Amino acid sequence: MSSLGASVATAFELVLGADTRLAQTVLLSLQVSGTATLVGSALGLVAGAWLATTRFAGQRVVVALLNTLLALPSVVVGLLVYLLLSRAGPLGELGLLFTPAAMVVAQSILVVPLVTALARRLVIDALAEGGDQLRSLGAGSLALALVLLVHQRFGALTVVLTAFGRAIAEVGAVMIVGGNIDGVTRVMTTTIALETSKGDLPLALALGIVLLAVVGLLNALVALAQSRSTLPREALA
Amino acid sequence: MGDEVHGALAMKAPLLTLRAAGLRHGRRVVLDGVDLELQRGERLALVGANGAGKTSLLLLLHGLAEVTGRRELHALEPEGREPRIAMSFQRPFLLDLTVRRNVLLGLWLQRVPRAERAVRCAQALERAGLATLAGRRARELSGGQQQRLALARAWALRPDLLLLDEPTANLDPTAKREVEALIASFAHDGITVVMATHNLGQAKRLATRVAYLEAGRLVAALPVDHFFDGGGLPDAAHRFLRGELPWPT
Repeated sequence: MSSLGASVATAFELVLGADTRLAQTVLLSLQVSGTATLVGSALGLVAGAWLATTRFAGQRVVVALLNTLLALPSVVVGLLVYLLLSRAGPLGELGLLFTPAAMVVAQSILVVPLVTALARRLVIDALAEGGDQLRSLGAGSLALALVLLVHQRFGALTVVLTAFGRAIAEVGAVMIVGGNIDGVTRVMTTTIALETSKGDLPLALALGIVLLAVVGLLNALVALAQSRSTLPREALA
Repeated sequence: MGDEVHGALAMKAPLLTLRAAGLRHGRRVVLDGVDLELQRGERLALVGANGAGKTSLLLLLHGLAEVTGRRELHALEPEGREPRIAMSFQRPFLLDLTVRRNVLLGLWLQRVPRAERAVRCAQALERAGLATLAGRRARELSGGQQQRLALARAWALRPDLLLLDEPTANLDPTAKREVEALIASFAHDGITVVMATHNLGQAKRLATRVAYLEAGRLVAALPVDHFFDGGGLPDAAHRFLRGELPWPT
């Protein structure tokens, strides 16, 4: 108990003292997960909206596959990206393995199914309300998808923030493709795993506190986005 | 004078023809065997009980629903192009954007050049009495204002045929009058109007012809005076006018 208390106290000292090692790890985490979220969201939002507004043979199979991929374990994604980027793999010549770029690739792949599935649902809801009306104005499938995404932009922002939460909290994929190299590919989650195994609880706890703070901030942003979408304009002025 | 005669002839030309047209939702027949010829410049009111097929007929006229049978658009004379069609729905779907952007969106979707979009948008909002509300969020408008915005968005497309699905349903009497006045002014400009309505008084005020639908079939389509005089009406339409509405099957 006293050990846990001391660890927590040291952790707060590290956070409040803006420890350099801690700050580096947090910054890299934000960079990797932020970039992966942007890439994955750009692909997923358009793909999900398009899936909602178009019809093609085999669509049900694609949707079923997409829903299956929602439960994709991050270690499996890490393994697949590792096989692609390892020297013997098809993309081995790019030399991306054990770099932050490889971690971005892995996390992007991880969030694409999530963003696609949520964006599809978001646009389907709006489509039921206004699909015929927008088609009557001349909207084709792609225009319909983009317009409804703009219409549902606060919902789409919630989807993006959810994807960021998924990316920044995962450990398996970045551990495999990043290699957890100190100062190069070590992010918050891999550091927590490593320091806990070494018994250095204060740093692991400090990172846990930061991770929780980031997720808490995300929740606040999601709540703000949702309130913006429902509050009348005067209330936002 | 010659131009006036030519214009009058053009206004009586056929605009759109349906022959044995039908519509299915899965196995359910929504419309069946509809024969209808729309004349340019006319104002047709579609009446009938809920589920009779009024909205489906509007969708079919627009080309938004896959038709069985034949739907033929006639080239306009003397313009020599196909008629432009716009539609306003019972519950207008307005994007969560400003009033102005909602009108601009329709023009963007129709690939109207950017410079022309702003002008047409301003004209449409002015005409619908919404110019002062251009910067407001569309979804904050009252029901009547939203319906006028939907009409402005449709009118901005410069349609030759305007399809209206119960445009004054659920509106208070003042808003109803405002929307009716707007529709009448569009019709006065020569736009062909087809309007589904439950309001027989409105059909009398606005229409030149009334069509009665029952269970997906077009039972009668007569000039407005004949329809309400009752002369030559089938029994089903008579019962409808007496308020004996048949249950949809």
